[in-house]
Amino acid sequence: MLRLFKYLKPYTAMIIAVLIFVFLQTLGDLYLPTLMSDIINDGVLQGDNGKILNIGGFMLLVAGGGAVCAIIASFLSSKTAVGLGTILRSKVFGRVESYSLHEIDKIGTATLITRTTNDINQVQMVTVMIMRMMISAPMMAIGGIIMALREDRQLTWVLGIAIPVLAGVIALIASRMLPLFRLVQVKIDKINLVLREKLTGIRVIRAFNTVEHEVKRFDQANVDLTDNYIKVNKIMAFMMPSIMLVMNFTSLAVLWFGGIFISKGSMDLGALAAFTQYAMQIMFSMLMLSLMFIMVPRAQAAAVRINEVLETIPEITDAAKVEDSFTEKGFVQFKDVTFTYHGAEQPALRGISFSARPGEITAIIGSTGAGKSTLINLIPRFYDVDSGSILIDGVDVREMSQKSLRSKIGFVPQKAVLFSGTIIDNIKFGNDQATEAEIRHAADVAQATEFIETMDRGFEHEIAQGGTNVSGGQKQRLSIARALVRKPEVYVFDDSFSALDFKTDARLRAALKQEIAEATVIIVAQRVGTVMDADRIIVLNEGQIAGMGTHRELLDTCEVYKEIVSSQLSEEEIA
Amino acid sequence: MSVQNSNQRGQKGRGQMGGGFGGGFGGPVQKAKDFKGTLKRLIRYLKPHRVNLIIVVIFAIASTVFTIAAPKITSKAMNKLQDGYMAKMMLEKMSEAQTKVVDQINQQMGQMQQVQKTPSSLQQTTVDPGTAKAIQEFMQLPMLNTVKDARQKADIVQKMLDLGQKMPAKAQVGEQNVKLTPEQINGAVRAIRETNGEYDFQYIGRIALILLGMYIISACFSLIMGLVMSGVAQKTVRDLRREVDQRLVRLPLKYFDNHPHGDILSRVTNDLDTVATTLQQSLTQIITSVITIIGYIVMMLTISPILTLIVVATLPLYIASTTIIAKRSQKYFAAQQKELGALSGHVEEMYTGHKIVKAFGHEKDSIERFEEINKNLYGAGWRAQFISGMMFPLMNFISNLGYVGISIVGGLWITKNLLGLGDILAFIQYSRSFTMPIAQTAQIANVIQSTIACAERVFEILDESEEIPDNPNASVIEFPKGEVRFNHVDFRYKEEVPLIEDMNLDVKPGHTIAIVGPTGAGKTTLVNLLMRFYEINAGKISIDGVDIKDIKRNELRKMFGMVLQDTWLFNGTIKDNIAYAKQGAIMEDVVRAAKAAHADHFIRTLPDGYNTVLNEEATNISQGQKQLLTIARAILADPTILILDEATSSVDTRTEVLIQKAMANLMKGRTSFVIAHRLSTIRDAELILVMNKGKIIEMGNHKDLLAQSGFYAELYNSQFTGQNIETEVI
Repeated sequence: MLRLFKYLKPYTAMIIAVLIFVFLQTLGDLYLPTLMSDIINDGVLQGDNGKILNIGGFMLLVAGGGAVCAIIASFLSSKTAVGLGTILRSKVFGRVESYSLHEIDKIGTATLITRTTNDINQVQMVTVMIMRMMISAPMMAIGGIIMALREDRQLTWVLGIAIPVLAGVIALIASRMLPLFRLVQVKIDKINLVLREKLTGIRVIRAFNTVEHEVKRFDQANVDLTDNYIKVNKIMAFMMPSIMLVMNFTSLAVLWFGGIFISKGSMDLGALAAFTQYAMQIMFSMLMLSLMFIMVPRAQAAAVRINEVLETIPEITDAAKVEDSFTEKGFVQFKDVTFTYHGAEQPALRGISFSARPGEITAIIGSTGAGKSTLINLIPRFYDVDSGSILIDGVDVREMSQKSLRSKIGFVPQKAVLFSGTIIDNIKFGNDQATEAEIRHAADVAQATEFIETMDRGFEHEIAQGGTNVSGGQKQRLSIARALVRKPEVYVFDDSFSALDFKTDARLRAALKQEIAEATVIIVAQRVGTVMDADRIIVLNEGQIAGMGTHRELLDTCEVYKEIVSSQLSEEEIA
Repeated sequence: MSVQNSNQRGQKGRGQMGGGFGGGFGGPVQKAKDFKGTLKRLIRYLKPHRVNLIIVVIFAIASTVFTIAAPKITSKAMNKLQDGYMAKMMLEKMSEAQTKVVDQINQQMGQMQQVQKTPSSLQQTTVDPGTAKAIQEFMQLPMLNTVKDARQKADIVQKMLDLGQKMPAKAQVGEQNVKLTPEQINGAVRAIRETNGEYDFQYIGRIALILLGMYIISACFSLIMGLVMSGVAQKTVRDLRREVDQRLVRLPLKYFDNHPHGDILSRVTNDLDTVATTLQQSLTQIITSVITIIGYIVMMLTISPILTLIVVATLPLYIASTTIIAKRSQKYFAAQQKELGALSGHVEEMYTGHKIVKAFGHEKDSIERFEEINKNLYGAGWRAQFISGMMFPLMNFISNLGYVGISIVGGLWITKNLLGLGDILAFIQYSRSFTMPIAQTAQIANVIQSTIACAERVFEILDESEEIPDNPNASVIEFPKGEVRFNHVDFRYKEEVPLIEDMNLDVKPGHTIAIVGPTGAGKTTLVNLLMRFYEINAGKISIDGVDIKDIKRNELRKMFGMVLQDTWLFNGTIKDNIAYAKQGAIMEDVVRAAKAAHADHFIRTLPDGYNTVLNEEATNISQGQKQLLTIARAILADPTILILDEATSSVDTRTEVLIQKAMANLMKGRTSFVIAHRLSTIRDAELILVMNKGKIIEMGNHKDLLAQSGFYAELYNSQFTGQNIETEVI
């Protein structure tokens, strides 16, 4: 958490101002009892009404000044704390955007989202609280002690005992409660999990008649959670009474011993009155501080997660000197490429060499885990190779800028991703400069126009977040259109036709063939029907090339290919 | 799903944190549609705990009463101290003055005796008789420091003061030493009479002991209250949760299809958690707050009605400032919430689409958009924080206003001896603590509003209509054969959109029915109808000649086995997942089923074999392996009728071969409805249903359908003779 506070630097002046204003305000608050004691000693006990009014007026001024200071402090601290959140968000988001897929895989998308949003909010909230209350609490405590000392030295030892006792009580209860709190979180997760499973598997549960079993399972989690909660609450029930007890005992002790000192004549009544109030103020500020113990650990966990993001430095960065001039258009070459995912024992790809020329279709086929997606993810340099090299138009991808590399590529992922916005926005994502005619043409080729036009407002139809209002097949077609409008030199299709029905698939491929005749096309596919007419089929098996050639060639030479084909086509179709 | 989940958790965290710190101030408040009704209903759930609740209320009242009374009692001790102090001071000063005056007079007397010899001076020093008498009396008073009796001391002081006024200025007692109002002097004299100028530590000690006892008892009471309450709130919510779960079990599938899972989840967890927290904290808080407010007012009234008026006069200020601030901050909080939503949306999209953002080089645009939202969020955020942050200083200021007012008025009154010092201190304590319960009640009002809204959402689930209960005369088919018949079946999901009309189907036992059609053609509809997840609108579906409406749902569903593309496995061991199909299945059954499903081999290669625990998203085995497990599960269930989905788009070819074999094993001798993707399945099927847009558009066997050269023929040709199609399309 403290590490995150270094981002508060631009707000240094503001923080100092906040400290000053909070200090002034605290001073004001502390001064009031002194004035009150003056009223008693100089006014009341001397029967001087004028003085009472004078001091009273002064008290009003002090109170007003304190309020003004507090409001200014609140203004500045709001700006500072929210500013910290804003800076952190911006830093984290910027950092994540610079990540390569490797870092995203490593940390995980879901948690990255949480870290950018909730975790930062958490830190911001606590910062607000710290600025609002926690700064004034120690000041109040220290100021209170000083004032108490000034008022009367002999009674301070009462505070000297009371404060550690209070701190001890709070620490004891908190230390017993925190682990249970964490446990409660675990149990909540558990109940969430059970319930989520029940909801997603509702058909299976009903089909298998395991309703009873599920009810029992939920009930178990439910009772478990309840028991834990009750435990926490029981410990919590001790909190307030014991704190109140300590505070009340303190005021009682002040009264008793103060009385004795007064009887000895070493203290006056006004001092006792002021002292009582100081003692209470100090104790309250201790209480405030104790709240920090509950809040900070939560934010601490969030801060650790945020730091992790900020400290993860993307592996893939542009080389210092980039080569951005090319002589060819879309010539892709793999030279003895080996690639290992981080933490994996074995390379995902081994000794891959091939080249794909403009005007050719290169298809990659193989079982899951064979490394098909991995292979094509290397082309836009989502990952860096261990050894060997990938050349595009004769230049190693590591030696050109990521921007110019990716501008050559039209990538269609396995899982079509759309963004919220109109259909036009989504297609234009591939090329900001695309004209309306180009967009329509791309949609035509991608076989998307037909369904787009049945939607209300057609091309202006709003896609919901995550593309939930279009079907899987429609998403794929739009993401193909997005790649087409880019008019890239290299097309990469990662199993991009899987959600299409056979008819659309065939029509799309036919239309594509003409459209992208000039470009280099690399297709990953599951269906043999999709790859049969490629210029070159690469059969991947366990990260290695098991065969390369045309459909006919492979049927004769490649066992793996034959196996795949026979699982999908009947004898007569193979022939 | 996991994203949603973590979001929820975050929100919950915020909620919890806001609770104790006044952080909830001005935050957006959710409103219930029917506040009263829902509140009543919620109270009904507390009924079983009413004994405990009564205990809580009693202890809350008792504990609070002690807390309220304590400052008043303390004030007695303080007053006593003040009396002692005043009396002592008075006595000291008076005694000092007495000695001084007596000395003075004695001196004067001596001078007078000398001067008497010269007659001229005698005339000069003629004293009026009154003064002389006063002096005489004064001189006759016993010395204060020699008197022991308190009453006597008081009398002497009184007399001294009375006489002093009649004596010459020089000899005046008191005025120069003690500057007090007449009322104070009277008070001091009374104090002397009562205390004899000493501190009555016996009295103070007694009060201290009483206080000690009260504090301890009060703490115990509040502890007991907390302990009792901890059970009440949680158990109430536990019962509610249980009831919701049991209701979910009986809801028709329609409900689950129409409501996002995240929404249902959040009702059962977040909303109920809010209810629990409120019951736990706010219930006792509101009891104690209300009692405290009333008690404080009463106590303040007993000390001084007029001072109470000062405090009460500040109340409208509180109310005005809170409402103004709440209103203004509400606006900014709403804006903040909106921007936060936009930000989360953007972040979620950009992170999930990271690959695409990278591939199309859109990082810069994405960051620009983010910065824009972030800036707006900052604007709304700091304003919301600032305005709500003003609440505390303002409250404090108003409280200080009252404080100053009380100090002045109280101070003046002490001088008039209308009030004791202890009274003022007690009063200050009351008035300062007064703001706390008021602020609390204001806040709790908000909390309760949103809690009722939460409870209402939970009750909404409880109010959903259940599945039509089983026919009481429902029969059981002992040895089902698997003959399925659709008779003039009509079905629609939405009233206005007819989906299936007059469908007739006759499936003989052991036949295979292939369902083909483009994705999203509504193949799950058939599953929904067959297993009676949804009710048909007209017609009849029968199995072995018995209308499915006349078969117990349990029994009906027992006849079916399902292997769908979206495999459902739960967080548990592989063995448990397979055994899920059959209660009391033993290990051998599980292994046999796994073997038949060709899953045994891969299971045994896993580090823990059958005891491998599938993680939450079941990502520790592949999609194909998951499917094998569900097949094993179906085999173990040994159903009469099968519903299979052949789609294996993300399954590798080798596993696919295994799956194919496993499915073939499974289908042997069973009536099977297959959502078909493989030509062989389709061609060998006794009946093919061609579906499109949710409707069955063609029906028949392969040959018949091809001969029709309709949709099926086109579909068939497009898939399996891909190369020839170009000319057709263009």
